Amino acid sequence: MSVLPMKRISVIGLRKDRKAILETIQRSEAVEIDMTPLSGAGEDIFTKIDVSSSSQIFTKNADSAEKALEIINTAAPEKTSLLSSFEGRREMSVEDFTSNVSRREAIMKDVQDILRLEKELIQAKADIPKIQTQIEALSPWLTLDLPLSYKGTKKTAVFIGSFSDAVTEESITVRLSELAPEADCDVNVIYTSNEISSAVIVCMKKDADAVDNALRHMNFSRPPASDIVPSKLQEQYENDIKDCDRKIEEINGMLAGYAEERDDIRFIRDYYTMRADKYEVIGALEQSDRTFLLSGFIPAAAAPALEEKISSRFDACVEITDPGENEDVPVALSNNGFAAPVEGVIESYSMPGKGELDPTMPVAVFYYFMFGMMLSDFAYGLLMTVATALILKKFKNMEAGMKRSMKMFCYCGIGTMFSGILFGSYFGDAPTVVAKLFFGKDFVIPPLYVDPISNSMKVLVFSFAIGIIHLFAGLILNMYQAIKQGRIVDAVSDSLFWMLLVGGLILYGMTTDMVVNMFPGALTKLPAPVGTIGAVFAVIGAAGILVMGGRDSRNWGKRLAKGAYALYGVTGYLSDILSYSRLLALGLATSVISTVFNSMGQMVSENLVHSNILGALIGVILFLVIFLIGHGLNMAINALGAYVHANRLQFVEFFGKFYNGGGRKFEPFAVKTKYFKIKED
Amino acid sequence: MGIGTALALAGAASAALFAGVGSAIGVGRGGQAAAGVVTEDPNKFSQVLILQLLPGTQGIYGLLIAFIALSRLGVMSGSPADLSVGTGLMYFFACAPMAFVGLVSAMQQAKASVASIGLVAKRPDQFGKSMIFPAMVETYAILALLVSILAINGIPS
Repeated sequence: MSVLPMKRISVIGLRKDRKAILETIQRSEAVEIDMTPLSGAGEDIFTKIDVSSSSQIFTKNADSAEKALEIINTAAPEKTSLLSSFEGRREMSVEDFTSNVSRREAIMKDVQDILRLEKELIQAKADIPKIQTQIEALSPWLTLDLPLSYKGTKKTAVFIGSFSDAVTEESITVRLSELAPEADCDVNVIYTSNEISSAVIVCMKKDADAVDNALRHMNFSRPPASDIVPSKLQEQYENDIKDCDRKIEEINGMLAGYAEERDDIRFIRDYYTMRADKYEVIGALEQSDRTFLLSGFIPAAAAPALEEKISSRFDACVEITDPGENEDVPVALSNNGFAAPVEGVIESYSMPGKGELDPTMPVAVFYYFMFGMMLSDFAYGLLMTVATALILKKFKNMEAGMKRSMKMFCYCGIGTMFSGILFGSYFGDAPTVVAKLFFGKDFVIPPLYVDPISNSMKVLVFSFAIGIIHLFAGLILNMYQAIKQGRIVDAVSDSLFWMLLVGGLILYGMTTDMVVNMFPGALTKLPAPVGTIGAVFAVIGAAGILVMGGRDSRNWGKRLAKGAYALYGVTGYLSDILSYSRLLALGLATSVISTVFNSMGQMVSENLVHSNILGALIGVILFLVIFLIGHGLNMAINALGAYVHANRLQFVEFFGKFYNGGGRKFEPFAVKTKYFKIKED
Repeated sequence: MGIGTALALAGAASAALFAGVGSAIGVGRGGQAAAGVVTEDPNKFSQVLILQLLPGTQGIYGLLIAFIALSRLGVMSGSPADLSVGTGLMYFFACAPMAFVGLVSAMQQAKASVASIGLVAKRPDQFGKSMIFPAMVETYAILALLVSILAINGIPS
């Protein structure tokens, strides 16, 4: 249960060793490189090298490889099992790594080929609708047996074109005789619709100019020129479409052929990502003509080993120092196997800020228990624990973050089993229902504590008690933290007085009839002397808060006013405690809904079971189907609710008492690959 | 069978009805926002799914109240008790907090959920915090649930 102490590590080495030293540090995964520029002495000797262009090339190569993988996956989808997301990165030996690196040019060529094929594929797919539009444009001309650009014979002129409305042969003839009275025309309308009509008009060559003029006045438009008869042209277009289809199929086949090389491409993606990362760090290094300077943060425990490793192998100077008072030191947590799984919960809120303690251990204890109370079914807990334990056992290679969540749910499952026994829930009341339905016997597994459905008051008081313990734990941690930092006055006035006030009020309340009657049968009245002690505590606490709540003001009037306002915060404790009623409510939701599904199953199969053998069989099957679907659904939804509200109770009620966060997570310079993990010797 | 039983049944039904309607609206709104995020980044599916489901719990609480009331009324076992109008009204009002707070809180929670889905879309690392905003609204549904349970259990039978 602690925040790891951090040291600053500085390395000065020769430029010729730069690559090797960086790789040593990268493999150790223990140093976060400080990217801030150097200031003060040496500023004029050291400069940074601009590596952005090479780093960009590597990033681009990695992106291309990633895209190529996606393309292959569309062409030849990879069969993955449901559990494959647990698998994690595969291991690759150093020999395989080196031999793959030597083939990087060839693999990159494949990647480029895949991207080129993809472009062709897109082109072919885009061509088809274009050709289809051309076929459509041809439809008014299909009956014509002349090419569209036909101009006429030796003596005659032929005009082929269209009008943008419905026309008849008469209407055109009449218009033409008005506009070109001397010409003698033969008009043939070959296609007509509301939008377009196409016509072929023949006249003597000598009248051609006059007719052309007249037609221009009539908005006669020429079709796109072509020397081929329209029906032939259509055939050609259709063949083009077939060609495109064939091409698409062919390219897809070729892309699917690359499926074999998936692993190579994955490797090249990881390889270039690693190089890009390394170059980013090189860009952050301060370098002179012959030397380079590297600075960063390292957990104190890992420092001696790395120092030894670097100074024994290279001509380099390593210096480990304490970070300065005002430095932005990153935060890493270290906890035992029981608490470490909830580090993810802490992280998703915020890492501990400067001087704050690591809340992981207390959070873990309450988290597992509260999650359990909200899911509160022995069988659900057992399923959760067994499933996560099996996954953890089967997929040893799982990524750290995933492993952490799995472990967390494994422990949450244990908490759930515990509270299932406490409240007597095993798939709801399934043992009772099954015993009654199939064996005709009365059978009940009695709860260790109480049955929450018939005794909800008791469980409500139990939930409040858990809440009060949780809140007091928060206050005690706050006090501990303040004492550790030497702020004794803060410890007394911000924590101790509140504990006296809230604790005293609760004790006093439990001696009054009003409070005891509010929870019939669940609360025993405490003897009057306890109430007196409680009242004294409360008065001391209240007086303390009144005087100390506004202690940052010098003016006593202002100080007391602020103190009175702080005292008003006691209402916040009331709502905090009430908030823990969700432990009861969500737990009840689980058990009541399981009961609903159990009785649904019972109702459906009751009559069948008692008829004959076949009926009994059908009855059992129906019961099982309802049972599986119902409990599957109930478990999923309530596990989600338990997860969300377990988080909420930590973040809002618990952290509200002592924890602010605001620290920056320690992000070491490491091998950040996606598919392969290089196995160290 | 008298008016009393009918009133009690109306109360039980309205808890499931209104809370269910609220959750249906809420989960629907969340789903629209979640689908939008998944079109851009399919990897966020599990995160936005959780946020979408948050306003869904009111419907379950409504079902819970309806079930407790129905089983106390004897409707589940097929022989409903004949209640006086007074007792019937008691059931009706006992179910009312869950019905109305369920309806409104689910719809309001959906707004917080949609906003949180937007948050996760831009800053996936803030998932832990994004879950808390909708969960704050749910507190009131839980309080209503509690009052309804306590009230139904307190009705003399």
